[in-house]
Amino acid sequence: MSYYKIFAIALLGAMLAGCQQTIPDPDPTDTTYGGDSGADTSGAGTDGLGGGEFFDTEEQLGDVIYFDFDSSEVRPQDQDLVAGHAIRLNDSSFSSVRLEGHADERGSREYNIGLGERRAQAVRRILMIQGVAGSQIQTVSFGEERPQAMGSSESDYAQNRRVEFVYSQ
Amino acid sequence: MLKNFKRSLIIVTLMSAQANAELVIDVQGIAQPTPVAIVPFGWEGSSTDMPLDVAAVITSDLYRSGRFAPIAANDMLQKPTDGSDVDFDDWTILGVEAVVVGKVTQTGANAYTLQFQLFDTFRRRQLVGYRMPASSGTMRGAAHRAADMIYEKLTGIKGVFGTKVAYVTAEQRGDERLYSLIVSDQDGENDYKIMESKDPIMSPAWSPDSRQLAYVSFEGSKSSIFVQTLRSGNRFRISNKPGINGAPAFSPDGRKLVITLGGVSGNLDIYVLDITSRQTKRLTTHRAIDTEGTWSPDGRNIYFTSDRSGGPQVYRISANGGTPERITFEGSYNARPRLSPDGTRLAMVHNDRGNFRIAVMNLERRDLMVLSTGRQDESPSFAPNSDILIYATREGRDGVLETVSADGLIRQKMASGRGDVREPVWSPFPRF
Repeated sequence: MSYYKIFAIALLGAMLAGCQQTIPDPDPTDTTYGGDSGADTSGAGTDGLGGGEFFDTEEQLGDVIYFDFDSSEVRPQDQDLVAGHAIRLNDSSFSSVRLEGHADERGSREYNIGLGERRAQAVRRILMIQGVAGSQIQTVSFGEERPQAMGSSESDYAQNRRVEFVYSQ
Repeated sequence: MLKNFKRSLIIVTLMSAQANAELVIDVQGIAQPTPVAIVPFGWEGSSTDMPLDVAAVITSDLYRSGRFAPIAANDMLQKPTDGSDVDFDDWTILGVEAVVVGKVTQTGANAYTLQFQLFDTFRRRQLVGYRMPASSGTMRGAAHRAADMIYEKLTGIKGVFGTKVAYVTAEQRGDERLYSLIVSDQDGENDYKIMESKDPIMSPAWSPDSRQLAYVSFEGSKSSIFVQTLRSGNRFRISNKPGINGAPAFSPDGRKLVITLGGVSGNLDIYVLDITSRQTKRLTTHRAIDTEGTWSPDGRNIYFTSDRSGGPQVYRISANGGTPERITFEGSYNARPRLSPDGTRLAMVHNDRGNFRIAVMNLERRDLMVLSTGRQDESPSFAPNSDILIYATREGRDGVLETVSADGLIRQKMASGRGDVREPVWSPFPRF
């Protein structure tokens, strides 16, 4: 695996993050953050405007990315998502993320712990290059121990090679 | 030691069919297992039944070894319980080469004596006679011990029927998975749970005195290494460094563990941890994945998995540190090395044309032999006699345990009703 390649991809991601439009800027007037998310969805208005509902920018930001077989490179299509998490972490320096790395079931278990960790670390490096403090990021690898899909087909394996973003608050 | 006497093929075929019907499932044995007879044991005690059918346990042990074809009790022409009553002609006519007779005598409220004798029916002489005390709780262990003595007399190989196996199970309970660490007799009986958790449990490893297990637990969503004493259930967290704490294995003297640490940067390397002082010594520094360390039986070297050359391969390093030497070259994937206790062979997970299988390398000749036949076989572990391996394989979605003789000839599935079973590790020999 090449560090330079990861670095290049990360830089590209950072540039994309600077100009991208896919992640809306949080607007305090109509967005609820954190624990209040979705607490009230009834939203029947008194002014005749009909039902509304709270939403959260977090919901639009995916919290899992997938990897190719035997690879820990973040795929180009996932760079925006990682960049979105970087923005979010940079916006609130008090929040922190746990990157949970996973592998498919093939091969030996402790080596798969290593592969899951390598994936989590690849994401961690991209976040840090984009300005997130190391203290905001924890990594843990579950290897093949916590599969998302329980089967043994190629598509099950593809769902299990992943990194999940888990926010602690 | 018995010689292989010529015998009627018809009788042998008939007998093994009957043995199959009454015994445990799924044994692929050698072409001509030796016909033996284990006569139902006599019982001298206050109740009508003896606490355990000792002959059934011995019969099952010998049958499951794949090297013996015990005849059914119905086919026996006599059922003596004492050596002096054995009529050798009644056994040689059936082609039976060895006969075991014995009895259980009650000596107190919960005290018994188990005695047995093993005879070579063609040479008409006793090979071993032994008597041992037992309680209702230790009777099964005593029966396994008798089977071990019989097996060793007949094959020249030390029996492992009295040993134990530890393994991990995962069961789905509603939305949650429940992970358990189980210890059982090597035949799957007497299983009991020593730990359970909603977070994964991994990589159990026996201490050389069989009294403790080291393992990895993810309780609190973070890996750490525990050492647990089986009898008391007491455990302590011996490694809880930042990042990965994994892959523990005891040194042969029981004083150290080889472990894998990842640290904040997630670079997995091999460390040696002194159990008393808790000091760690780093053995590898490569930025590749280095993990799954295991000791050579003389304690001098550590074998481990590293992907420093691209894919995972097995390397060896001095337990004091130094430059690692690559050991495996055949194929693109060789991981999770485990040495036979006699130090001559190395078992590993090997990618065999797209299938992950158990392979054994003769360390002198350096040739690799694939022993298993599954798609996703893992976690090989040698029995303490170096003659058998246990590993996990797939049956549908669940993991099940299989054993295979080190020559690849005898294979056997271990039944378990415990969901997804993985990571079996065979205990050392018990100490009496």
